[in-house]
Amino acid sequence: MALALILVPIVAALVAYAIPWNRWRPLVLPAGGLVHLVLAVAAIAGPPFTAFDRWFTLDPLGRLFLGLVSVLFFLCSLYAPGYLMLRAERMNRVFCACTLLALAMMTLVILSHHLGLMWVGMEATTLACGPLLYFNRNPRSTEATWKYLLIGSMGIALALFGSFFLAYAALHAGLESTLLFDDLVREAPQLSRPWLHAAFVLLLVGYGTKMGLAPMHTWKPDAYGEAPGMVGALLAGGVTSCAFLAVLRFYQICHAAGEAAFARELLIVLGLLSMAVAAVFMVRQRDFKRLLAYSSVEHMGILVLGIGVGGPATFGALLHLINNAMTKGVLFLSAGNIHRAYGSKSSDEVRGAIRRLPLSGSLFLAGFLAITGSPPGGPFLSEFTILSGAVSTGHFVVTGLFLLLLVTIFIGMGATVLAVVQGNSSEQAGATDFHDSLLTAVPILLFMGLVLLLGVYIPPPLGSLLREAVQFLEAQP
Amino acid sequence: MAEWLDPLAVVVVLLNFVALGASHLRTVIRAVAVQGVLLGIMMLLAHGGISVPLCLVASAAIVLKGVVIPRVLFHAIREVSIRREIEPIIGFIASQLFGAVGTGLAVVFARTLPIEREHTGLLLVPASLATVFAGFLIMATRRKAISQVLGYLVLENGIFIFGLLLLEAMPFLVEAGVLLDLFVATFVMGIIVHRISQEFSTVNTKVLTALKD
Repeated sequence: MALALILVPIVAALVAYAIPWNRWRPLVLPAGGLVHLVLAVAAIAGPPFTAFDRWFTLDPLGRLFLGLVSVLFFLCSLYAPGYLMLRAERMNRVFCACTLLALAMMTLVILSHHLGLMWVGMEATTLACGPLLYFNRNPRSTEATWKYLLIGSMGIALALFGSFFLAYAALHAGLESTLLFDDLVREAPQLSRPWLHAAFVLLLVGYGTKMGLAPMHTWKPDAYGEAPGMVGALLAGGVTSCAFLAVLRFYQICHAAGEAAFARELLIVLGLLSMAVAAVFMVRQRDFKRLLAYSSVEHMGILVLGIGVGGPATFGALLHLINNAMTKGVLFLSAGNIHRAYGSKSSDEVRGAIRRLPLSGSLFLAGFLAITGSPPGGPFLSEFTILSGAVSTGHFVVTGLFLLLLVTIFIGMGATVLAVVQGNSSEQAGATDFHDSLLTAVPILLFMGLVLLLGVYIPPPLGSLLREAVQFLEAQP
Repeated sequence: MAEWLDPLAVVVVLLNFVALGASHLRTVIRAVAVQGVLLGIMMLLAHGGISVPLCLVASAAIVLKGVVIPRVLFHAIREVSIRREIEPIIGFIASQLFGAVGTGLAVVFARTLPIEREHTGLLLVPASLATVFAGFLIMATRRKAISQVLGYLVLENGIFIFGLLLLEAMPFLVEAGVLLDLFVATFVMGIIVHRISQEFSTVNTKVLTALKD
């Protein structure tokens, strides 16, 4: 099962690479996505499994992430054929193959219970995403790809260093040195403290770079700004979530070692810092795709903040993970459509998007309202859970700052988004003859439907997945 | 054979200074390549016995770090016809001085960490920290895209040294995966370096400033 989940996208990538027709190749994406989704649902519904001497394990946390990535990828892949048809002049061979490879590598990260293998998966995800950012082949996308690869590789190198420190912590404690996750959690209380602390800091900085937490977020606005909308959605909802999973794994080891307080402090500080940096750069941000990138920095901050606060907020953070990914799907895909229609992504030139593109414009507005925590969107519920968790655990200063930053971000983001969607269409509106079509609108509607559903009703299977994941995360050996 | 580890570690650290102080990119590439070969040899020495998978991974490391990656980089600098790093953000002498300070701090920091009895007296931990620091320094202070890739390789070499302490415990599959990733990363970066030179007619990353807030 584990192998099938990873191999299916790889085979699909090879098929996509082998297909000679530019026009038909994008259809491999939804096909591969669908098979992966079916397998993922079967794996999540089925009994827990391990494979290859416990190197692969689908634990409760992994179920949640696997479901998330698979749904996100499938919905994005539905959008791909419509989008790539508009870009028929561009060769999409590498694009399709690398998108599917990225899915395979994300699955590898989720399934692997060996921290070295997880690292390999994360680095491979970075490399697979490089060509996706470079799809537009202009100087700006070259610059974005270069920054992404360089900063991403540096972060991931630090994460490897941290993983080695962790293995040494086990070695020094007289345990058999290991990078198997289950062994490390079981033997966590005996791990050598100085090495464990140093390891956690390195790992948090390393995988935090991949998550895009401030101050290691500098690749994000460039990458998301220049990447096609669909790639932005996959990065902001999928790849960064996988990096978050990596952070959670190490948090879990610290928690099991009785060092949760140490880890939590760091997570709270990084979380608030990310939100603050995002708030500063979102105010007066004219480029609406960069705006979304900073929104991603903010929400990654909220995720680690939720884990750092602990208590009921842990549940809130995991729920927010889902909500954030789905809402980012709405925002990036609709922003991509608006960008396509106007040939610009600056709010100076893009106005009256609702008139020009009734569907994409309204969805962009609805996505903005949801992501900034307006009811009845899903993020409202999860942010509220984190907030009440912060109050109930006595983090009053954190609560105050959290609220203040949320309000600032709402105002900052609102100014740009409203400028883009409202008013009369600007001259730029006639730049292209792009119009909302079934292929480019339905995936966004599906994303939006999920966001609204999660705001009012958490389906019981998802609820139990979330509760099991929280239990698993906070289990003591 | 482990008594050879320390002298080799010292040579690796000295090569950091060559990489930090040389303006000719060819010299830096050679320094990093020699470092890679030394690391492969150290890998054979660090392990108690010689086994088939060990030899395979060690020779893969030597071939990749010592031959293949340097070739990719030599090819890249020929393609874009540059020879030297012209204006680093910090001068060459100054970055060597910073490197020296970093190496000193690495020794001090390594002392605060508890070391296994069989590893006490070995210079691997300070050498690893110093090399990682040197890699960072190169990445952060050089303007040429190629130099930044070289910094990344030095950084990876530093991490590799630390990996030697864990050789007994780390299955070779992971080591092989790490090497493969390193190779692909260099390869992908090499391609992008080429693109940068095509689109901007220079490989100075100073020109990569269109994207900002």
